[in-house]
Amino acid sequence: MTKPRTRSKMFHSFLHDPPAMAGSAILLVFVLAALCAPWITPQNPYDLQQVSLEHFLKPPIWMEGGEAPFVLGTDDQGRDILSTIIYGCRTSLIVGFSVVLIAGTFGVLMGLLAGYYGGWIDVFSMRLADTVFSFSTTLLAILLLGVFKKTGIVTVIAAISIADWVRYARTMRGSVLEVKEEAYVMAAKATGARDFRLLVRHVLPNAIPPILVVVAVDLAVVIMLEATLSFLGVGVPLTEPSLGMMISIGKNYIYAGMWWMVVFPGAALILLVVGINLFADWLREELNPKIGR
Amino acid sequence: MTTYILRRLIQGVVVLLAVSMICFIIFRYLGDPVLTMAGKYATQQEIEEVRRAFGLDQPTHVQYGRFIWNALHGNFGKSYVSRVPALGLILERFPATFELAFTAMLIALTLGVGLGVLVSLNPSSWPSRLVMAGSLGGISIPTFLTGVLLIMIFGVYMGILPPFGRGETVQIGFWRTGLLTADGLKHLVLPATTLAMYQLAVLLRLTRAGMREVLAEEYIKTAWAKGLPPGKVIVKHALRNVLIPVVTMAGLQFGELIAFSIVTETIFQWPGMGNLLLQSIYETDQPVIVTYIMLAAFLIITINMVVDILYAVLNPKIRYD
Repeated sequence: MTKPRTRSKMFHSFLHDPPAMAGSAILLVFVLAALCAPWITPQNPYDLQQVSLEHFLKPPIWMEGGEAPFVLGTDDQGRDILSTIIYGCRTSLIVGFSVVLIAGTFGVLMGLLAGYYGGWIDVFSMRLADTVFSFSTTLLAILLLGVFKKTGIVTVIAAISIADWVRYARTMRGSVLEVKEEAYVMAAKATGARDFRLLVRHVLPNAIPPILVVVAVDLAVVIMLEATLSFLGVGVPLTEPSLGMMISIGKNYIYAGMWWMVVFPGAALILLVVGINLFADWLREELNPKIGR
Repeated sequence: MTTYILRRLIQGVVVLLAVSMICFIIFRYLGDPVLTMAGKYATQQEIEEVRRAFGLDQPTHVQYGRFIWNALHGNFGKSYVSRVPALGLILERFPATFELAFTAMLIALTLGVGLGVLVSLNPSSWPSRLVMAGSLGGISIPTFLTGVLLIMIFGVYMGILPPFGRGETVQIGFWRTGLLTADGLKHLVLPATTLAMYQLAVLLRLTRAGMREVLAEEYIKTAWAKGLPPGKVIVKHALRNVLIPVVTMAGLQFGELIAFSIVTETIFQWPGMGNLLLQSIYETDQPVIVTYIMLAAFLIITINMVVDILYAVLNPKIRYD
């Protein structure tokens, strides 16, 4: 592995990469909006006190029949589309970051042990990973949620995490196999460092960079997956906001020409995913030792 | 080679057994089958009768043994909802799913590889940039949204393509096909495009990356220098080497194809297996869910095995002992 770049150098390259900056700006806006949702939205669409059926199926404000404060119109329950999108993105981001944290931690740990110790733990965990991988994250998540009895955000996070950890485990294992052979690890071993210290102080930090790319890509994948599951009706329950659910409801009204219930949440979802992917592309190039800039 | 194939086969059987065990646990302990079959308002006596009739009063290992025995004979129990054998119910839907998935895969492979090659030959031209931007869109738009947007554009606003159903079909033996009528083909366009979109983007990016690497190799330069016609250099020398990983990838993504066919079938109300699965999930029809999982596992494991073995046979660089 080549010498890691210094932080200031990476920051410099970031400032000279407009797509990467645009991508992280988009992500930042989404995160801020999600955090501040209660203060910036005209309505809490999941508080029954604030939603009134009087205002149902209103078009966006610039069209005939549009009404303030429903800038992007309302849905069949009279919920403000813009507010629901912001609350829905909150769910997307909560699920996305939770899965990355849970599946990432578990996967990295499995990959670390498998790569470092080899032997039966390697064979077992990688066979398991191959099997999970061949089922594909999406299929496994659908099947798990179809089988679980409880619904809710926590269940969705659990199901996706169970299906998703293998990405991290495989990448981590490959990375550890490389780092393990490095001279500084050998040197540390020769000085009589114990396994735990070796793993935590020397192997883990040096094997982590490729995982950062997986984290970025995976965040986008998980957000799309949550939307897909909620669209199918096996994801978050009706009582929670979700972009996928919004599009699923909106689909019933496209024949009546009410496009805003699909187009706006769809656009928000695509924007969020593209933003993350742009950042991920930059990170991949930046951390790839084969590509010198 | 024989050892490798043999080991691969044993692995496949072990995984299938593990899946069957999980399925059995789901079937037996998640959701009470007795309650589902006897109904909510059944008396104690009726519940006991159902329990005995389905052998649910016997010890776990006996039940598991019988589950496996029955599964091997194609008997996965009857659907709680429609009271007919679950396997028959699913297999009846197989042709619809197969025709959809096959068409989508065909589109994804031909267009993905074709465009990938074209883009790699001329990476900085305008059309190439457009295709690459489109492929970024392809991997950033989830399948369900592609489907809904296509329905909106072609089904509702332009009104030129039917937005749901399979249209007119023809029965040939056990196979009900929609490929032989104009109406059936028309109904196939939107769902097949939806299902193909994501795979297309992935295969395109893979082909492009592979081609760009190979085209820089010495032997390609030699081929050009020899004065071979461009078609021969590109297809015979370059593409053939790129195709192995691309086709392997396509095979390994089979699970993904099944997953997204569930999504696509739901959006277009396509009468396939995926649609049936979701319906069964909503109705907690355990036998159908379990049968679907077992069938999907069997298909995925078999295809992966075939792909792995073919890969080893086709690629002389790889030898497994």
